[in-house]
Formats: sequence, C-alpha cells, structure tokens
Amino acid sequence: MNKSYQFYGGVHPAQQKLARKSAIAVAPLFPFYTVPLSMHIGAPAKPIVKIGDKVLRGQMIAEAGGFVSAPVHSPTSGTIKDIKPCLGVTGVKTPCFIIESDGEDKEYERMKPFSDWQEADPKKILSRIAEAGVVGMGGAAFPTAVKLSPPPGKKIDTLILNGIECEPCLTDDHRLMLEKAKEILIGIQISARILGVKTIILGIEKNKPDAVEVMTEQAKDLPITVFPLNVRYPQGAEKQLIFALTKRKVPTGGLPMDVGCVVQNVASAFAVYNAVYKGIPLYERVTTITGTPLVSPGNWHLRIGTSFADAIRLAGGVKEDPAKIISGGPMMGFSVYSLEIPITKNSSGILLMSPSEITQFQSKSCIHCGRCNDVCPMQLMPGILSTQIENECFDLSENWNVLNCLDCGCCSYICPAGRPLVQHMRRAKAEIMAKRKEAKKDTPKGKASK
Amino acid sequence: MFTPILILTAIGLFIAFAVAIIVRYFGMPEDPLKQQITDLMPGANCGGCGFAGCGAYATAMAEGKAKPGKCPSMNSENAAKIAELLGVTVEKSEPMVAIVCCSGDDNTASRNAFYNGVNNCRDAMQIDAGTKSCSYGCLGLGSCANACPFHAIEMTPQHLAVVHPELCTGCGKCVDTCPKNIIKLVPRSAKIHVFCSSPLRGAEKRKVCKSGCIGCQKCKKAAEEGQIEMNGSLAVINYENPPAAEIASQCPTHVLRSNETTPKKSKEETNE
Amino acid sequence: MTPEKTQKNSNSEERTIRMPDTSHLIVSSSPHFHAETDIRRIMLTVIIALLPACAAGVYYFGWRALWVLLVCSASCISFEAIFSCFMKRPSELDDASALVTGLLLGMNLPSSTPLGVCIFGSLVAIGIGKMIYGGIGSNPFNPALVGRVAMLIAFPKVMTTWPIPHGAATSSAITGATPLMVLGSLQHAAQSGQAGALQTLGEHVSYMNLYLGNIGGSLGETCIPALLIGGIFLIYMNIIRWQIPVFYILTVFCITGLAYMISPAYFAAPTFHIMSGGLMLGAFFMATDMVTTPVSRTGAIIFAVGCGVITGSIRLWGSYPEGVSFSILIMNAFTPLIDRYTAGEPFGAPKDKKRGLQF
Repeated sequence: MNKSYQFYGGVHPAQQKLARKSAIAVAPLFPFYTVPLSMHIGAPAKPIVKIGDKVLRGQMIAEAGGFVSAPVHSPTSGTIKDIKPCLGVTGVKTPCFIIESDGEDKEYERMKPFSDWQEADPKKILSRIAEAGVVGMGGAAFPTAVKLSPPPGKKIDTLILNGIECEPCLTDDHRLMLEKAKEILIGIQISARILGVKTIILGIEKNKPDAVEVMTEQAKDLPITVFPLNVRYPQGAEKQLIFALTKRKVPTGGLPMDVGCVVQNVASAFAVYNAVYKGIPLYERVTTITGTPLVSPGNWHLRIGTSFADAIRLAGGVKEDPAKIISGGPMMGFSVYSLEIPITKNSSGILLMSPSEITQFQSKSCIHCGRCNDVCPMQLMPGILSTQIENECFDLSENWNVLNCLDCGCCSYICPAGRPLVQHMRRAKAEIMAKRKEAKKDTPKGKASK
Repeated sequence: MFTPILILTAIGLFIAFAVAIIVRYFGMPEDPLKQQITDLMPGANCGGCGFAGCGAYATAMAEGKAKPGKCPSMNSENAAKIAELLGVTVEKSEPMVAIVCCSGDDNTASRNAFYNGVNNCRDAMQIDAGTKSCSYGCLGLGSCANACPFHAIEMTPQHLAVVHPELCTGCGKCVDTCPKNIIKLVPRSAKIHVFCSSPLRGAEKRKVCKSGCIGCQKCKKAAEEGQIEMNGSLAVINYENPPAAEIASQCPTHVLRSNETTPKKSKEETNE
Repeated sequence: MTPEKTQKNSNSEERTIRMPDTSHLIVSSSPHFHAETDIRRIMLTVIIALLPACAAGVYYFGWRALWVLLVCSASCISFEAIFSCFMKRPSELDDASALVTGLLLGMNLPSSTPLGVCIFGSLVAIGIGKMIYGGIGSNPFNPALVGRVAMLIAFPKVMTTWPIPHGAATSSAITGATPLMVLGSLQHAAQSGQAGALQTLGEHVSYMNLYLGNIGGSLGETCIPALLIGGIFLIYMNIIRWQIPVFYILTVFCITGLAYMISPAYFAAPTFHIMSGGLMLGAFFMATDMVTTPVSRTGAIIFAVGCGVITGSIRLWGSYPEGVSFSILIMNAFTPLIDRYTAGEPFGAPKDKKRGLQF
C-alpha cells in the first residue's frame, strides 16, 4: 500500500501559492450578506423565511428542495432585506437572500452536538449532516449526505480524503490541514462510520511537506493512511485521485461509488466535524484570496454570502488594477466581472491576475503536435475534438467522447497554438445536453421514463 | 507501336460497353420530374423548408410527400412552375423576413467586461453568459452572419447584427443560431418593427443601453387599437394587424423604425 | 468609479484601501494559465537543431552549400508572404515555419543545385505543399518533401548530380555518387553474375567516411553525428516524439538486416543502410513534422514502422536508390487514417465493449 499509481496525462503549471504561509484569519462582520439559494448540485433550496424576518446566525433560512439538495443557513444575525436574483459566478442571476447584519451576530439555538459519535446511530448522524447543509467543498458542491448514503447494492470499501489541492495559487485546503488537522480527521472518521468503511486514505501532494508531516503525526494512532503523492495537475480530480491511490478506474459516466470509493475534500470533512461534533451548520468556509495585484494575499474564514468586494478589502485591496478576477483556481475557475458576486459553499478562492500575467487569446490552426493528447487525463483527443467542434459537428464529437471531458484545462494550458480547447469542449457539452433535453421533451412520457 | 494503341482501344471499348449494359439493365431510373424540380430550386440548401436541403425537398415534392411553396428563398415564378409540373396549386405563403430585435451597438449599449475568447456568439455564451450588460442584447460576434446562406446579415463596425431585407429570404437559420433568441421572422409586408427585446423596466434598461424601448407607450397611443401591445416595458407589434409606417416618428429612442437598410456593400468589402 | 475607498479597520485607524477597477476586466474561458511553449518557439528549436547538420554541409561542400540553404530559406519566406497576401490570410510568418521548410528543403538538395531550381522548389514546397491547403496545420504532406520530389521529377539530371565533398578521399573509386548509388551499381553487377561484387563495397565507401559524412549526397544528410546531435536535442526538448526516429531506423535496420542474413552476396549490411542516404535526416527531422504525422504515440509508432517498411522495400528492390522522401510522403497520406484508428478509449471505458467510432 505504499505505491502510488500514475494517472495518464496531466501538467505541471507554476504553483504560485502566495498565501501558503499566512494563517487562516477570522473575517470581521460585514453589513450585508448575499446568500444564494442554490449553492449545490441538485434542486435549489426552498426559502422558509420571508422578507423582513429577523434571523440569527446558523438559523436555517431555506430547506432542502429535494433529495439531492441542501438547506441554507444564515451567516449572521440580522434582517432578510430581500429575496431577489443576484449575479453568480457563471454570469447567471440566481435567487439570493440579502441579509442585513445587525452587528450583534447572535447565534441561533445550536443543534445538539454528537460528542459520542462513535456510539451514536449512523442514520441520525447522516440526517444531521443533511440538516447542516454540508456539501462537497472542493468544487462540484454535491450534497455530502447524499454522497454518504450510497444506494443499497453498492459496496463501499475505501474512503478517500482529498488533500491534494492541485489547483495552483489556492492554499485554503493546505492551511486547513495545518491548522485543523485533528478536526479534519474526526470529520473523516465520522464519514467512515456512516459508510461502515475501514480503509481511509488521505492523499496529499508532496508540495505541502508541512501538511504531510502534521497529518502523519495526527493520524499516527488512527486507522488512516497518509499518502504523499507526486505533484501533478489534475490529481485532485476524483477519478484521477482514485486511480492514483487505488488503481481503480471509475467507469465512464459512472461515479466513484461504482468502484467502491467515496472521495471527500478536507474542507468537507471539517464541515462534517463542525456539524456533527459541534452542531454548527455550514455557514462559513475557508477561502484563499490571492493574486499578485493584492496587497496582502491570505486565507480567511469567510461567511457564506460575503461579497467579493468585501473579501478583496480584507486582503488589503490592490496595488494595481487587475485584468482578471477569477472565482476558484486558475485552471478551472470562472473569470467574473463584478465584485458583487458572493462567496458560496464551494468558493475555494478568489484570484486576481495582473495585466502582465494574462495571455491574449489567439487561436491559430492546430499543428497536430499531439501535446493535448499526451496531457488529457481522460485520454481524449482534444485537438481533433476541437476541430470538429469548430465546424459544429457536435454529433461527431459526441462519438469521440467529448462528454467525458473534465474541463480540467490541461489541453488549453499546453497548446502551443493557443487554441481555446476548453471553451470548445464546453460549447459541445452544452449543445449536446441541450439536444438531449429537447429529445427527452419530445418523446412521450412512457418512453422518456425508460 | 500499334499494339499498345490497339490494346488500349479494345479495353476502352470493352469498358464502355460494360458500363452501357450495367446502366441499361441494372441502373436506377432517375425521375425526370425530380430533375426538373431540382433545376428550379434555388440551390442554397438553407433548410428553410424543413428538409435537409434543396435536393431532399425536390425529392419529397416529386414523390408527392411535400407540397410546393414551403421554400422561403424561391421566387413566385419558379414556385408557379413547380406547381404546374406537379399539377397542384401553389399555397400562397406570407413572405417572411428576419429582423434582429436589438439596437444596442457599442456606442449605445454597455458591456460588463471585455470578452477574450472564441469569436462566436454561442461560444461566448459559455463565459459569464455573454458580456453584454443587457441580457437581451446582441453579442455582436456574428454567428448569425456566418450562418446566413445568403450573406444577408451584416455586422456593423459597432458590433451589431443588421439584416438586409432585400437579401434575406426568411429561411430562419439565423433564428436558430442566435443564442440570445433575439432574431425573429416577421412578415415582409410589415413596415416598422421594434428593435429591442428586453421586457425589463425602462429605468433598468436605460442604465445599460441608451437605445432600448423605454416603454413610453407613445406608439401605442398613436397607433390604432390592437396594433401595438405592451409586454412589460416593451412595445410589441401585432403582425396580424401591423401599424402604419408613420407611427415610427413618435418613438423618442428611435427603436421603432423601418427595417430598411442602406444596400449592402459589395461582398468583398463586408467579408473583411 | 471610485477605486479609492476608505475603511476603518479594527484599530479604528483610517487607511485607504484601493479597490480594483472593474470597468476594464477581461473575461475568458478557463484555464487562465498557459504554458510558455508556442509554435514559434517550437520552430525556432527545430532551426537550432538543424544548424549542426547545416554547418557540416557547408564544411563538406563549401560555400556553395550555404548559398543553396540561404536561397531556399529566403525564397520560402518570401513565397509564404506572397501567398498569404494573395489569399488574404493573416500572415503567419512570425511563427518561423517557412524558415524550417526552407532549411529542410535546402538540406535535401545537392550543393550544386542551380539557384533558380532552388527557387522553383521553394515555390512548390510553400505554394503546393502548404499554402493551398490553408497554411500551417492544414497541409497533408510535408512541404519540404513535396518541393524536393517535385524538383526530382522536374530536374532529374540536376538532382542526381552529386558534387564531391572537399576533403573526400581521392581513393574513392566512384566519385560524385552517393553511397546508395554505388551500392545500386554493385548490386546490379552482383546480380549479373559478378560474384563478390558487393564485397568491394567497403573499398568504395569507407564506414568512417559514411559516418562522418565525407561522401557524396544531399548537403544536409551526410553527417550522421551532426544529425544525431540535433535529433537528440529535439527529443530532449520534447519537441519530437522519440518513437518516430527510433522505430523508423529500427525497422529499416531489421528489414535490410533480414535481407542481408538471407543473402549477403546481394544485399548490403544493415549498418550501411541506416548510415547512408537521407535516412537520419528523414527520421529525425522529416518524419517527425508534427502537422503531417499522427497525434497519438501509438499512431506515431505505426507511422514510423510504415515509413521504415517502405524505405526498406524501395532500397532493396526498387529501381530508385533512395526511398526516404517517398516513404514519408506515402505515410503522410495515411496519417488521418492512422489518427482515426488509434483514437484511444477514454479513461475508464469498459474494456469488453468495443466503441463504434463513426467517421
């Protein structure tokens, strides 16, 4: 169990982890919070408070809107000023609570902590995790409670704790592992107990030797294996991480549970700890605010709903005007144009890029060098796909497996012709999905249910 | 010297004979009617008829599976000829023309950010849902102009798509291409149109675009009852009963206007 | 727009915080980082890798060789400029690919080639080999080889007159012929009954001269050490795939070796074959041209083996002494096909189920 496996492809972008040394600071209270109703994959949450209601910190303000959904809690005490569509990271307006803080930050009656989680009923713990609104905080924001309750028949034997943080620039998971190692390990053990899993593997990239050391020290007496891995992007992607640690291949279109694995991010494990061990719902997360234009990049405990403007003010503002503001890391993050966008449950970072750091878009013709082919972790042929998509042959690209694309950005990163491969793939995926939706609508109900 | 010539000639004759026999006895008979109809088709393969192309539509007509008159690009003379060939009366369809319902070019409408990516509206929609501040605004990257089989759409230097009605045949390709759904097919007989698609409140629109419909209802009052309806702050023309062209002078933002354009420059120039 | 805003921090100390100006932000698709390698850098690396072989050519064949190289390069660049102007395409001169084509074309010519013929070759290489398909990235055949083959067909006399290298040992019995031509004539002699004719091959062409390039041939193809330095540099810089030269040369070695084992009286040793002619130049610099070779590594191996088989066959049984140019051009034509059939399964695809690729 000391051997790691090399997944196919991958790249080595510059690390630029500016905030790796700065400890996680607690953010002050801000006057306004914009809390989106939909911060997770699945149905949006349903509001259970009205405009004008007084809410307290940690009070549930929207309940889960379905099985795959998560409730939303108020980040502070104050008044619900409005429920209106506000801008999100993808540029689409989604309904949000506007909460005006009253400055007192009074806490709502806390849920009963399970200090005896080792003995408690796993079902009760699971419903607590659902109630606390815990979602996957690494990126996709899949509700954790759903992830931890695999359908009967799926045997889970390995729980993987994802401490890879392969995105350049971001340091939030790194700092969290350094400062909250014990809590993270309790959190993952709670998850393991719910799943009934004996094997827990923690994957950390070797560029965080201090985190490896701390975690190894803390996990000494626990049934947890700490596994330092060689640095390679996108090692933090679920499928690649499972392969690197267990050599199991998640089938195309399948989920990690199909190969008996569940992957949990360290931030989610910390949120599980908070929800179960302390009874605190998820209304706060660690976010890296970084980039060369910032005066003092760092990591903060930010309440959900903090606007980008407030977050950047925390980091001391800017030295020079940035050319790009990115929500997330540089490889997969979304570039945004407004500072009103709020921090959500899956905002792992805000990255500012100065004009000298960005590259001008250029799309020369593909020279068939095959580099994209070599780096694609899903073993697709991005260059050929991109040419097909440029000519709008979406059916053809579907046959060439464009739907397996992760959006990891390795191909665009490496392309010497500067081709916008990721944008092409995204377009193709969007067009194919739209077409499928249409086809579903057209077919009679009996057929569609098949 | 003569042997190879003789051999080659013999081979040629033999193959010609073989081909003749195969065509005569095994060939598929070509429908002369289909050929005649195909010759009368415009040949643009625009797909406006709902078939895969001109050939497919011609085949369907020849086989009696489709009626003439569905082709938006065909002139009435050819349509009558085809109807005569098929021995049916041509269904008179209202000739349509496409309009881009947006007036916000770079001078009047604002953008949220500079877009740096693939030069195609549908690709641009993947990034922050397009960068135009007005979510009903023309992105100005020219996907419709590229999709138009008749080169009837011109991109102005200020990045706004403009349809030249004299070139447009109403095939509807641009309507399917536009990711913002702001291109509409309207009857050619209608004289004036509302070049805005945003039903948002006038004040909100005014913030992001100086040339949107502000919902002042002046046109509605000037027109006859039922000719212009309001959808939120957007005047909507009832094309069943289009208003007179003079109403356009009432519009303070000049968003209600004729779709006539200055004739398109030569193809060479506009393709630059 | 008020980028300057004041805010009280916890110590109630007044401090100006400059907020970013959001009116000039750029939005684009992820990723926001890019590797530094671009087409220009790749092409410049190839040019650097070609320089030792060029220098060796000039050393052996004199200043006349330099003239050929210069004229080919200059005319390729000019033709590219002229064609992109005519075709109303943005000029792609800055990526230096025309210079690579020019250099490669020059290296494939005898140093005595008239300069007018060089210009004709450049016109064919850039015009018919590259620009009519739509410029870099769209050409199915290696432009330099298209130019060379056109010249070979149009001016056969010029293209098969090989000047003697400067320092060529005068003992060489057949001067002004390439080793492969020597081999051809000796093979002919052996077949027409002169037993042991091939044994004299070593007398005509010494292995040392063959290795160092002190023999007749195209100006850039003779000096093996210079070509190896350039090729290994390219592999080290990760510009070319090592699979192509290795498998190409290995296949030629195996095929000629097999023939030699069966009847050494009629065929030359495989070591002679891999060191003579344009094989080294072709394997390292022509068969590795990115645009015209398969994208996947498996595809590259198939491509290289195919080149090797064709080269070997032409050399052993063909009437033409050299087969590298033709073999690469023929395999170039197969590249799209190889690409389609080597499109791998995506990560995690079920092994038992064959994916039906549609084309």
